[in-house]
Parts: sequence; structure tokens; C-alpha cells
Amino acid sequence: MDVTKVDEIVAKYQRKEGVLIQVLQDIQAEYNWLPEEALKQVSQRLEVPLSQAYSIASFYKAFSLTPRGRHLLSVCLGTACHVRGGPKILDKVEELLGISDGETTEDMKFTLKRVNCLGCCALGPVMVVDKEYHGKLLVSKVEAILKGYE
Amino acid sequence: MPQIKSPADLDRVRKEIIAKRDPNKPCVTICAGTGCQAYASGRVSAAFEDEIKKQGLKAKVDLRRTGCHGFCEKGPLVVIFPNEICYLQVTLGDVPEIISQTIVQNKVVERLLYADPLTGEKVVHESEIPFYKNQTRLVFGNNSKIDPKNIEDYIALGGYAALSKVLFSMSSEQVLEEVKKANLRGRGGGGFPTGRKWEECRNAPGEPKYVIVNCDEGDPGAYMDRSLMEGNPHSVLEGTIIGAYAIGSHHGYIYVRQEYPLAVENVNIAVRQAKEYGLLGENILGSSFDFNIEVHRGAGAFISGESSALMTALEGRVGEPRPKHIHTVISGVWGKPSNLNNVETWANVPLIINNGAEWFRSIGTEGSKGTKIFSLVGKVNNTGLVEVPMGITLRDIIYKIGGGIPGGRKLKAVQTGGPSGGCIPESLIDSPVDFDELTKLGSMMGSGGMIVMDEDTCMVDIAKYFLDFLTDESCGKCIPCREGIEQMLEILTYITEGKGEEGDIELLEELSEVIRDTSLCALGGTAPNPVSSTIRYFRDEYEAHIKEKRCPAGVCKALISYYIQPDKCQACLICLRNCPAEAIIGGKNEVHVIDQSKCTKCGVCLDVCPERFGAVVKISGEAVPPPLPVEARAIRVKQGRAR
Repeated sequence: MDVTKVDEIVAKYQRKEGVLIQVLQDIQAEYNWLPEEALKQVSQRLEVPLSQAYSIASFYKAFSLTPRGRHLLSVCLGTACHVRGGPKILDKVEELLGISDGETTEDMKFTLKRVNCLGCCALGPVMVVDKEYHGKLLVSKVEAILKGYE
Repeated sequence: MPQIKSPADLDRVRKEIIAKRDPNKPCVTICAGTGCQAYASGRVSAAFEDEIKKQGLKAKVDLRRTGCHGFCEKGPLVVIFPNEICYLQVTLGDVPEIISQTIVQNKVVERLLYADPLTGEKVVHESEIPFYKNQTRLVFGNNSKIDPKNIEDYIALGGYAALSKVLFSMSSEQVLEEVKKANLRGRGGGGFPTGRKWEECRNAPGEPKYVIVNCDEGDPGAYMDRSLMEGNPHSVLEGTIIGAYAIGSHHGYIYVRQEYPLAVENVNIAVRQAKEYGLLGENILGSSFDFNIEVHRGAGAFISGESSALMTALEGRVGEPRPKHIHTVISGVWGKPSNLNNVETWANVPLIINNGAEWFRSIGTEGSKGTKIFSLVGKVNNTGLVEVPMGITLRDIIYKIGGGIPGGRKLKAVQTGGPSGGCIPESLIDSPVDFDELTKLGSMMGSGGMIVMDEDTCMVDIAKYFLDFLTDESCGKCIPCREGIEQMLEILTYITEGKGEEGDIELLEELSEVIRDTSLCALGGTAPNPVSSTIRYFRDEYEAHIKEKRCPAGVCKALISYYIQPDKCQACLICLRNCPAEAIIGGKNEVHVIDQSKCTKCGVCLDVCPERFGAVVKISGEAVPPPLPVEARAIRVKQGRAR
């Protein structure tokens, strides 16, 4: 694996202390996941134990230790979405894609995440694909939305 | 832009900005908050730009993309100044008409106005729409007037005047006293007096001292911090710099969750612009006071919103809380005195400085001063963000501002305070809303989520929902929280599956007490609240699940069945075609029947059954009637329909 990108990201930060989470977020954005080699490189560059990098990577929800699909599909199950039928939307997505929370479709098209509130509660139930918000969703609309992604 | 080097400089710059702007020149403002963006407000504003160009009006009309106005239910929102004409749910197709009618001919486009749902009466001005009229928008009001990406808009409205006043006419002690006198309490949930917190941090030994803005808003159902950060980041920044001055801090952090990309973007722009203008950094406004601030993106963990956990996260470590017998104001980030406040708390500070503590104290109740922003969501007509004076009743919020419950349903409860809060039943909605009253009711203010629930909401399911959330978000460091909530969730799951037993309620109550008393941080300490408050007010619903195996709200899948009433079924085939489990038997002119053994209880049949037939019902607590014998299922086709 080419780790020069990792070095470039680390170099953007002027210090080593306290930047681990920010660096890992940038790497996640660059590769769409956190490859083992990248974690090793970060731990060397920032002079932190690999175990610490791993603990961060496995604790926070923004990180993935397996490759993610081309589209990240987040179904919100915050309280407002929950009372407005969010669970039914999740059921439908799971049924259509044949995967459950945290999994990726075989064709690497979608990774599905159940999230606990996206902070756009007035639109509930909400599903976000990449950066696109689909609000006031109906179960009957889900299939057409998924078909709109390549 | 030359740096502003003195208060006189700031006044001059403000005057120049205002002088550049003609107050009578029409300005089309479009809400660019996350809610409206989901309704394609981005495309609508691009269409306005094109249309203005096309009609050759570029010099005659201004266009401004503002922060969230709060009335997310009716987005995208467009308000045209100077007359404050408010158009709701504006689509691309409406744009040319708005320009040619309202801008060119000064006429109102009637159909885009707010219409009273009962009388049909139209309302032209934004501030006269009942949703806004009944609010007191002190902190949130400027959101709709400024482009958050342009510091000049904030300065034009008097922005950074409070900072200038503080730096040149008040000592840091005076600032502290003013905030203490105002009795501002923390808007993040705890309600701790802000002035006292600042004072403890100021007096704590050790340098440097840090100030922190907490925008790790993770409470499900709350998004006011997001909207402030996205819509008026300079107000938060100004409050923070004032706080830093009072405390004697020269370095701060803004912690924003990465799930809020627009907030991250706008606050970064705000920090950069404030630096360029000399309002942040070294020698602010020429006062010799230095203050720098860094933006830190949270990586997604609810617990990281807890103050000690957040500070650990700032250090680049796993954001877990620690015991707080030594407060974070004594030993916080990097072991130094650190003062953390929530976004909304910081945004209140410039108001207090500009208008004085007495003014602030004149709003609200005895123990809770000022206003609070709530996210009014769930089963309510006008969902969105509302700012109200402390002490207003829940009824006024839900009915006067929120417009009541949709679909003619009945209000059942209001959930406040997120996963640490509780459910307040309909019978208590005349209670005033403030820190102390909500706590008395067994709930709490929290960060301001207010989720309205109607009779279709099962309170046991809601309690289970919150515990499910909390088991997911518990960091696992202490046993009562990690194991205790899990145990409670298991019992609740049994209850909702019809496997509840006598004594379960008492066991839940006992577990609640232990978890509350022994958990390490507030997450565990308040985790039993959703269960205790629902047992307190809706014990009969728990009992119905346990004793009668019945879910009164018809939510818990294991306890309900879907049934097609043969006398109402018109054999229209709609449910049959839509059933994903192929569990519906029937045909043309033949009453449809659900094969209960195949039914997955997804509820699609109920959703799609035409309202005028209303044939599909949910049954709970009793046996499903046996299906009609096949020979009795034929429907006689109504005569005279084939005209």
C-alpha cells in the first residue's frame, strides 16, 4: 500500500500531540476506511502506540476498519425518527439490500449504518446517502431512492 | 480587509457596511440550513440567482443564503425584505413568478403564503405566522437575517459590540459578575450556573486555562446547537471570547461533531474571518488581549459530549468520562483548568453584555432566566426549532406554536431531555417549562429536544428505544452502566415480546435505583430516567403488556396482528400486491385474508389500504377472528358503477 498520502495528511498538522483523531478522520475521508498499513504509519509518524490508534479507530463511529461501499447509507433512528416510523424504513432498506447495520453489499455499492440522530429531526424519518438528505420518507419511496445511486 | 484595531474602528467598519447597503433594496433571503437544504433549497437559491440575472435585475436585488429559520416543516423558506414577505415550500417552478411578481411589481404571490390550517386565512409576514409570533427569538432570531459565511452581516447587526464593550470598558471581574448576576444556566442539560463555573475556572490554580465550546450535540431529537453553529457561528464565537476574557484564558477549542458537516464548514469560516478582522487572535481590537481557538471534529460518540470525555477526546484519546471528584474547571484538558459550555450558553453571553443582567433576569422564571431553544419534533404539525421564554407551558409550545397534533390524533406525552430525560404525560402539559419544573416531573431540560408523542406511541417501546440507544452508546468503562442498562433492556425486550412476568416492573425500578446511584458519569446516572418516568406515568401500559399480553398503542410487533375486516374489504387488490411477505390471500371480487403464519407484521397493508375503506386493523390482546370460509368471500360487484 502506498502510504505517502498518510504522510501528507500527518504533515498538514503542525504538532503531534492531540491530533490523532483528526488525522484518522482525514485518512478515513481519503481511503473511505482505515487500512491496517495506514494505522501503522500514523502510529509511527505521530509516535503513539498502534494500540492507541486502534482503540480510537474502534471506538468512534466515524471510522471503519473494513472497506466501505461507494455510498454510505445512514438510516436515522433518533427519537423523532423513531416515533415517525424510522424502524420501518430500516427494515425496508435491510430487506432491499440484504444486509444489516454495519454491513456492506457484495458489489461494494452500499454500506448501511443505523445512526442515533442526524440532527434534522423535523424531517423525520430521515435517511442520508453520502451527503444527500432524504426526509419525510415513506417505506414506498425507499426502493426508488436506492435505485438512483450507481 | 484591514484589521480592526480599536472600538472606534469597529464602529467605523460597521457604519461603512451599513452605508453600503440600501435598506429599501429588495433582498431575497433563502434558508440554507440543513433542513431546507434537504428540500433542495440549494437548487432554489441557484434558480433565484439565474432568474435575477435573466431578468437583468442583478444591480437591483440582493440574494442572501441565511441560516436556519426554524420552521423546518415548511421548507424551503424564502423571505423577501424589506417587506418581510414570507413564502413557504418554495419550489424551482415558483422562482420566476416570485421575481416578476414580488420583486418587479411588488405583488404578493398568495399561494405561497402561510395559510391558517383552520380558517385558511393567509399570513404575509414571517413574524406574524403563529409559529413565529408566539416565540421570543433572542438568541436564534438573527439566524434568518444573516449569511453565516459573511462576517459583515453579523457586524452590521451590532455583532462584536459586546466584545468591544467588555475589552474596553469592563474588567474581567465585572464581566464575571454580570454573567453571575444574570443567572445564566448551562443550556447543555445540566443547568449549572455559568458564572459560577467561570469563576471556579478563573480561580483554579494552573496555566494555561482553556475554554471549550461543546457542539457534540448527540441527544436524539435535538438540533438547536447545530442550527446556531450553522446559522450564526459568530454569536457563539463572540460569547466564547468574552468568556475567555472573564476567565483569563488565551486558548479555546470548538468541538463539533463530524455528523454536522455544514456546522464544521461555517464555524471554520467564521474563525478565519474573525481572525482576519482582528476579532480573534493576538491583540484583539487593539486591547492587548490574546485569544486563539481551534476547531476539533468529533468522530462520532454520544458519550464524548460529556465534559470530561470531551476533554479526553480533545487530547486525541478515546473519549471516555472519568470520575469528577476533581472538576474539569480545576483539571480538564491536558490536566489544566478548563471551562466547557454548550453552544447555546455561549450564544447568550453577548446578549447579556449588550442588554445587561437586569434585562436578562426580567425574562423567564425565578430559577431559570432567559429563553431556551427547543427542537419541537415528532407528532406535531409545525415541527422545527422554537425559542421561548423559560416558564412557558408545554401546552403553549405544542398548540400555539406547534399547531397541535397531526391527523386529529390525541396527544399522549412529551419527551424532553433526550435519553437522560423522561416522558411527561398529557395530563401535565400545563406545567411551566424550566430547569426545576421539568426535573420535578421526573424529566429534565436536557439540551432541548422536545419530542411530541401521540396515542400511536407505545411508552414501553419508547423506554426500550432509549435503553437500546444507551447500551449502544455506553462506553463500557463502569459496570453499573455497561451491565445494568443491558439487563434493563433485556427485561423490557421480554415485556414487549409478551414474555413479561409479574415482578418485572419492580425489578426495573430496583435496577434503576442501583444504576442511578453507582454509575461513573451522568450517562449512566440518568440512563434509568426514560424507564422510571414511563413507569411513573404509564404503569398501566406496562401492566397491559405483562398481564394481558396487549400493546395498547399497537406498536409491539409480537403483541399485535393485522386483520382485514371482511365487511369493509372491497377486494381492491392494493394490499395484496404490496405485501412483501405475500401473506395476503384473495383476488378480484374476493375478500382478502391475511395468512397469519406468513405475516411479518410490517404494516404495509394498513398503510396502503385506502382511507375510505379502512378495512385493515391492528388487533392486540385478543385472538384474530378466524378467516371467512372460502365460499363466503365473494363480493357482489356494486350495481350502477359502470356508467
